[in-house]
Amino acid sequence: MRIKETLENYLFVLPAVTIFVIFYVIPFIWVFQLGMFDWDGILPTKIFVGLSNFKEILFDKVWWQSMGNAGYITLIALTFQNILAFLLAWACDREIRAKNFYRLIFFIPPVLSEVVVGLVWQWILDGNYGLLNYWLNGLGLHSLARNWLSDPQTALTAVAIVHSWKGFGWGFLIFLAGLQTIPRELYEAARVDGANAWQTFKNVTAPLMIPVAVIVAILTIIGTMQAFVLIIAMTRGGPAYHTEVPVLRILASMRGSSRFGYACAQGISFGVILMAVSFMQYKFSKKAKA
Amino acid sequence: MKTAAFYKTKKAVLNTLIHAFLLAVAVTCIFPLLWMVACSLKTQEEIFKNMSLVPSGWHFENYYKAWVEGGFGRFFINSIIYTVSVVAGIVIVSSMAAYAFSRLQFPGKNILFYMFMAAMMIPVPGSFVPLYVLLNKLHLRNTAIGYILCMINVGLSTSIFLLKTFFDKMPKELEDAARIDGCSKIGIWRHVALPLAKPVLAVVVVFNALNVWNEYVLALIIFDSRPLMPLQVALTAFQGEFVTNYPLLMAGLTITALPIIIVYLLMQKYIVKGVTQGIVVG
Repeated sequence: MRIKETLENYLFVLPAVTIFVIFYVIPFIWVFQLGMFDWDGILPTKIFVGLSNFKEILFDKVWWQSMGNAGYITLIALTFQNILAFLLAWACDREIRAKNFYRLIFFIPPVLSEVVVGLVWQWILDGNYGLLNYWLNGLGLHSLARNWLSDPQTALTAVAIVHSWKGFGWGFLIFLAGLQTIPRELYEAARVDGANAWQTFKNVTAPLMIPVAVIVAILTIIGTMQAFVLIIAMTRGGPAYHTEVPVLRILASMRGSSRFGYACAQGISFGVILMAVSFMQYKFSKKAKA
Repeated sequence: MKTAAFYKTKKAVLNTLIHAFLLAVAVTCIFPLLWMVACSLKTQEEIFKNMSLVPSGWHFENYYKAWVEGGFGRFFINSIIYTVSVVAGIVIVSSMAAYAFSRLQFPGKNILFYMFMAAMMIPVPGSFVPLYVLLNKLHLRNTAIGYILCMINVGLSTSIFLLKTFFDKMPKELEDAARIDGCSKIGIWRHVALPLAKPVLAVVVVFNALNVWNEYVLALIIFDSRPLMPLQVALTAFQGEFVTNYPLLMAGLTITALPIIIVYLLMQKYIVKGVTQGIVVG
């Protein structure tokens, strides 16, 4: 009877565990295994190379360039995108009308796919027929008009700004939810004490929002460092690796040069960095809850 | 001494400025989409010359061409099939597991649960590489079922977490009553727990539906044959082949974005809930 009942209970988790083991656990283990082999993905023979894939990564210039690019996009997302998100949330929190309207609109870019967003913006930023250059020329700013996505000087920043456009709605929603947990009595008390808007912000809002800001920042870092579909849609990593990012390199190692082992090694070393950030997030969100 | 009128004016000016700021950002959110729709209604010659948001004529035939000649009808149906199957799979599989993790006793329960939670926190960039190898071995690459199973797995952890949190808080009385009435465990899950969990299930459904509809990289590596491709992958393939046919590309983009926008507008409540609960998940 006992055994039968236990078995019956296992049946509830069996489908989930089976799918999870096959499509998560096994591939997870294989990443570490394959990372130590030289393999083209087709031949039955894999050549064991130990840690030499990892050594190669250290001297892979394009890889580090792509890391730098992802870091640059992340930096723009952390500053421009998150400050914008916070300002918007702060503006919306002031009990003004139409709050729900703005909340509805600001989360439209996040629900769209990166492919749609990337291709629409690519068309707007097009050098010859793009709307942006048309407007710049119309305003007499001919010198500013350029081929935004094929100019090495602007391509990466353009991609980063479109990424921020797509992503600020997340930060906005989380900040707004955070701001709304601040008891109104605190603002009331600050007003009675004669605090002006800036003092209220500095002494009431900011200290209470720091844990939220930390979580938004960490989510931004993890999300942006791994972003790449938007870049496939906009530039495919070009011009000349100027918008390459790590996950795009992993995809290129696998599909372009058929080096499955190297691709896995790249994935591991990148994953370790992200893990460290993820761990920080876990620590902070635990602290924030307490 | 400043008068009350001064403060009133100051407040009005400030509110106007705040509104102007919010409105400006709102316009940048909407405008690219309007531009996309406008361009999808222009002719090939017009699209390079007429930079107005209003097309000279409403060329709805672009949609017909994209749907039939561009194959977007096929890709649309593929995306629908994948989204519906994956979401249905996730709802059944994750709600059963979440119910067991919350209510039933069996050895190794905590370890299994933490395994799912760990997967939520450990980022595995490039996990598509071993998945490609695995699906090849199982002869599931370039098949719909292979893609559907992979995507079910992608949504499992978060869905189990959300549902278990809900079941933990759910009062046990109804289940006890059903048990006394002789209802089996699976019956209680199906007829008592699931109906009560409707609000959370809505969050699970909406989030996973958006996620599957917008998914790109797994579809890219899994599907070689065009008739199996979902919209997102077909769009980038289309862009590579018909570089200059922008009206058709814009029509394809509109076909891809429209269902998402409609679902979003109808289910916004659940999305806000999901995002704000998601922070606690991490």
